[in-house]
Amino acid sequence: MRYGKYRFVASFLAIPLLLYIVFVVSPYLQAIYISMTDWRGFSPNRNFIGLANYAELLGDGRFWRAMWHNALLLIVVPVVTLGIALFLATMTTVAGRRGSVGHGGVRGSRFYQVVFVFPHVVPLVIAGVLFGFFYNPEAGLLNGLLRLVGFDWLTRAWLGDTTFALPAVMAVLIWSFVGFFYIVLSAAMKSLPTDVFEAAVLDGAGGFRTFVSITIPMLTDSLKTSYIYLGILMLDCFALLQVMLPDGGPDGSTEVVAQYLYRAAFTEGRFGYASAIGVALCLVTLVLAIVVLRMGRRERVEF
Amino acid sequence: MNRPRPGLDRRQFLRHAAVGLFAVSSAGVLSACATSGGGPTTAAQGDVSAQNPLGVAADAGLDVVIFKGGYGDEYALFHEELYKKAYPQAQVEHTATTQIAQEMQPRFVAGNPPDVLDNSGAQKIDYATLAAEGQCADLAPLLDAPTLDDPNVKIRDILLPGVLEQGTYDGKFLMLNYVYAAFPMWYSKPLFEQHGWQPPTTLDEMMALCEQIKTAGISPWAYGGTNAADYVFDLSLGMAVKQGGPEVAKKIDNLEPGAWQQDVVVAGVQAIEEMVRKGYFMPGSEGLKHTEAQTAWVQGKAAFYVSGSWLENEMKGIAPPDFTMTAAPVPALDSGSALPATALRTQPTEAFIVPARAKNVNGGLEYLRLMMSKEGASKFAELTASVPSVKGADAGAAATPALQSVTAALDAAGSDVFSWQINTWYVNFWKSVLQQQLGNLLAGRIDANTFISTVQSESDKLAADQNVPKFKR
Repeated sequence: MRYGKYRFVASFLAIPLLLYIVFVVSPYLQAIYISMTDWRGFSPNRNFIGLANYAELLGDGRFWRAMWHNALLLIVVPVVTLGIALFLATMTTVAGRRGSVGHGGVRGSRFYQVVFVFPHVVPLVIAGVLFGFFYNPEAGLLNGLLRLVGFDWLTRAWLGDTTFALPAVMAVLIWSFVGFFYIVLSAAMKSLPTDVFEAAVLDGAGGFRTFVSITIPMLTDSLKTSYIYLGILMLDCFALLQVMLPDGGPDGSTEVVAQYLYRAAFTEGRFGYASAIGVALCLVTLVLAIVVLRMGRRERVEF
Repeated sequence: MNRPRPGLDRRQFLRHAAVGLFAVSSAGVLSACATSGGGPTTAAQGDVSAQNPLGVAADAGLDVVIFKGGYGDEYALFHEELYKKAYPQAQVEHTATTQIAQEMQPRFVAGNPPDVLDNSGAQKIDYATLAAEGQCADLAPLLDAPTLDDPNVKIRDILLPGVLEQGTYDGKFLMLNYVYAAFPMWYSKPLFEQHGWQPPTTLDEMMALCEQIKTAGISPWAYGGTNAADYVFDLSLGMAVKQGGPEVAKKIDNLEPGAWQQDVVVAGVQAIEEMVRKGYFMPGSEGLKHTEAQTAWVQGKAAFYVSGSWLENEMKGIAPPDFTMTAAPVPALDSGSALPATALRTQPTEAFIVPARAKNVNGGLEYLRLMMSKEGASKFAELTASVPSVKGADAGAAATPALQSVTAALDAAGSDVFSWQINTWYVNFWKSVLQQQLGNLLAGRIDANTFISTVQSESDKLAADQNVPKFKR
């Protein structure tokens, strides 16, 4: 595999690559061009204005505010989601009953596997609608439960509260994604070689030590890929927010870049500017992917 | 442990490929079809005669696109039948969709738009953009054409008040808003009769009534804070316009300096602040969608709700059968108001346009003329239980309580109807400034003064913004 290997690989991929170029790359190139025009979207008239849209974007407070909300999502949701997924996967795959390290999980794992995956089966849009009812201040389940246990001081108009609206949305995202990453990480854990675990046990490592020193390092690749995947989802989040808080939340505290982009295009009729936002978002996404992939590079373990 | 191979290995390759594929988000969507458009088209022409005042080419096809939302599209099928009867040689094409902007965009860009477009719904094309881009044919010939039912009456004379203003951009009548929506306060008649409450006509009466309602253990008002706080503005600005006359709204629409600092406007906003302070809004409203707020209202948890006359239709099957939804005009600030107590805000909706570059502009105009005939308008009223924007439509519909009370309120108001254009001319300002600040006011995060100063400064900013097409009236 030295000489001409790329050509060799590409020959297999010619047709999908062609489709990809036509349907993905070319719209992107068009978007970059449109982002340098003042196109309003519903006529062929457009003038080339260079980087004026980008200059405006740099000074657009609402854009940066939306970007900040995406950044918060990007920090909180993947960490919590992967943390929970990792914990659950560990408990049901390698937590091992006494004397069977690296095999099977705690008692009832089969049942738990089904339960954990269930939220992933519910489409995000439907989850958004359901949680809308859940957060309903008067008739909602959440405040109802809080009142039941006497925590009346905790009840709030969750989606109408500038402090809690975004965390409330994050909770829905976490609830929805844990199932999928639970599957991913469980599968990754099951493919770990058992001899390493056995060696760790022989060396006298306990459950927690094994988890920190063996499981996590061997899952680095899966975790990185999961983080990138989740990160890309967090930089979007359009569907859920459009269902739950279509107008940007209380005092605009939950508006994300994708919603701002949509609004620039369809309510302001500024498709040129909206394209500039899209291109900026794409750059951020690529940078994120590259940074995460390069993070913590070390000698790779292949098994 | 293997030494990492230089270059490309299986895993790396797949991972890079995967990341490359994933890194594709929504930006590509906007440009999916932005290629060059065609030149100006020549529209079909027929001979003008008494029977054919608009010069329709008898054999030219007609392409009609209808927003299929709350009103369905059955009425349009009926109107198309009328057209086919008049022009048997014409091929009529009917499309019904909810995705107006997404589906029409490529057609407008490529220069082959339909001949009639019902531009409505959540996915409508922004009116101001269409007008500014010169994509709507001037409907002036239609206004001066005789009606179908009486050759001595012109179309412009049968339009209900406000229809002309609503569709006029820069002095040109471009959009026919076919549904005559009113924006009263709504309440349940039996509930009010049971307690002996009367709908208020002045702000003082309103405050007194709210206190009584609150004492009775019901929230006086509800609203949907997450997406429809702006409904409450019908009360606030409505009171202001009733007090000071239509000029008040005109100044706001024209983005004049100090427009929001007019005394009556400030008083209208202060009224809301006071109502918030006194707890006259249903607790938790700021976290509700409009549908949830309306549901709480029909369940009797709140007494008043402001919305358009589609409300009854929207709550069909949810409101109890004996709810008897009833309309009342919003009050004025005090008894010395410029407009009478019966004055009502009406804003015609459901904008029909004839695209400027349609292949059959005259046919499109003729289709609108058929819609406004007695037969066409009455059928619409019957099928949708709504009031069309023309005089003389017999509502053959089973008159529901809400429709009856709105019709009565419209009759009582006569020509004393008012509205504002800022919500259709500058949608983004309305949503991202006004609705947001109103949400803050209603949730008690800001006071009336902050509201006024913020909205005024944003209005000034908008007036200076070169990127937004401006309109005057």
